[in-house]
Amino acid sequence: MIPMPALLEIAGPTTEPGFGVWLVATIVKMIIVFTLYMLGAALFTLAERKISAWMQDRHGPNRVGKGWLQPIADGVKNFVKEETYPDAANLPLFILAPMLSFIPALVTWAVIPFAAPWGSRWGIIEMVLAPMPVGFLFILAFSSVGIYGIVIAGWASNNKYALLGSIRSSAQMVSYEIAMGMSTIPVLLLAGNVSMSKIVNQQAFETWNVLNLTVAFFIFLIAAFAETNRLPFDLPEAESELITGYHTEYSAMKFSLFFIAEYCNMLTASALMATLFFGGWDIPFTLWDNVAPHTGLKTLLTLAAFTTKTLFFVFFFMWIRWTLPRFRYDQLMSLGWKFLLPLALGYIVAVSGTVVTLDALGFARGSVPFHTGLILLNLAAVVILFNIVDRGRLISPAFSRLNTRDLDKLRAVSAPHRAPRVPESGD
Amino acid sequence: MAIGVKVVSRPIDEVSYVRATLGGMKRTLRHVFEEKVTTQYPEEKESISKRWRGTHRMLTTEDGKAKCVGCGLCPSVCPANCIKLVPGEDEQGNRYPLVFEIDEFRCIFCGYCQEVCPEEAIHVGRHYENAEYSREGFVYDLERLMAQTHPVCEMWDPADPKGE
Repeated sequence: MIPMPALLEIAGPTTEPGFGVWLVATIVKMIIVFTLYMLGAALFTLAERKISAWMQDRHGPNRVGKGWLQPIADGVKNFVKEETYPDAANLPLFILAPMLSFIPALVTWAVIPFAAPWGSRWGIIEMVLAPMPVGFLFILAFSSVGIYGIVIAGWASNNKYALLGSIRSSAQMVSYEIAMGMSTIPVLLLAGNVSMSKIVNQQAFETWNVLNLTVAFFIFLIAAFAETNRLPFDLPEAESELITGYHTEYSAMKFSLFFIAEYCNMLTASALMATLFFGGWDIPFTLWDNVAPHTGLKTLLTLAAFTTKTLFFVFFFMWIRWTLPRFRYDQLMSLGWKFLLPLALGYIVAVSGTVVTLDALGFARGSVPFHTGLILLNLAAVVILFNIVDRGRLISPAFSRLNTRDLDKLRAVSAPHRAPRVPESGD
Repeated sequence: MAIGVKVVSRPIDEVSYVRATLGGMKRTLRHVFEEKVTTQYPEEKESISKRWRGTHRMLTTEDGKAKCVGCGLCPSVCPANCIKLVPGEDEQGNRYPLVFEIDEFRCIFCGYCQEVCPEEAIHVGRHYENAEYSREGFVYDLERLMAQTHPVCEMWDPADPKGE
């Protein structure tokens, strides 16, 4: 094992810490984690502008403190700007809405484990704010609360663009929440648990879910983009159609809260992807980080692993945003309901069928044949998805297919002198 | 109506959304590492054309007087009517401008004043950083026009009269 500095070497007791230690540790964790979280969300606004600039061959913000202080300058600007309240707005709801969209994004983070437990001299301290046994259900519940902020914002503004944006947003989020929930069921099937740390451990000792369940990851990825209202799914904002959608009437810090909420959502979604599909804080190809003794060095290294994975997905969010154009509304809906939902349901059946079969054949969970079976299924699913299904059918093109009988009828109406001909075959 | 829309059967490379997305992502990622094209304006400036027509400048003779003889051609030719000229005459009979003001707000920078000037006195300049804090600041009087130091416009290059 790597020699450790004396400070980190304190191999503490392996018992549960007492209530006092737990309370102090939780408060300290809350302060540190949420401070870093907010700082991260602020820096992501800078990162987004920088990355967008680089992708467009520009430099991006580089004036305020070489660019690094730009988020602070933006914050100061937003604090000193005038707060506007539309005359016809419903004032209490108008003020409540930014908070409602901001807080759930923050709260969701509480159940995500971000490092290996730290065996301090006061006992083992879990590196998660709230080690809840229902962790994943908590996330699902809170991600649906986030939508209320947007809907209330649109309604309370008393503005047609805001209302249209919030209606779109609610339709979109409801549609993709189903696909998102369904896509994670295979993960829970393999882990046999909804606790986030159990899911991480299962992946650490077996294989990462992205190898077993690539299709589920694919669905989750798309649904996460839709849930966070990021391009190519930013129809609730859609500048070219709806000004800026639900926050048209907001100014100053209330607008800024919506903005921060978007980045917090993005950060949380990235952390979820890392946790559910990329092994959370697990360092790949090793097991020493997952077993006792839990030292401070392990905690730091696993924290670094988790941060790297999460930041990669944050970058991925931005990368996609500056690559893809926005979907049409009917494309959005048909992708969610006609493609992702049936795919997720079918995938659940396939995965659970395979798992039951492998269990019945007597292969232990975590053994090589068990995962070979899963990976074979996964390969077949990926080939089917990306080579057979993805033939202009993932996103519906700008025409609709009529069935042959309707087509003949319409042709007869529009050009009765012409004999009905055989329509050209599909695609 | 969907009638008449020709639905072409295309190879998968052209209709696959996932492949198109990956291709796009490859392209955007490549641009991250490419050389940036931004000019960092206050520090570095784009070079401007020799025929750039910016704020005016009045050229002077060796003894520091304006070359202008108050002939009145420039206010006559000015399409925006932005030049105010009151000619005067000294005891030797030399004409000079008593008042010569150009309202740079009204000016359309056509350069006719420079073209028409028989003494090559008034010029449009190769200069663009001319912000002011007040509207009055944009009315340049004779002293200010003479104090300008920026290079003046070359209306045409004798070697290249067509500007090619």
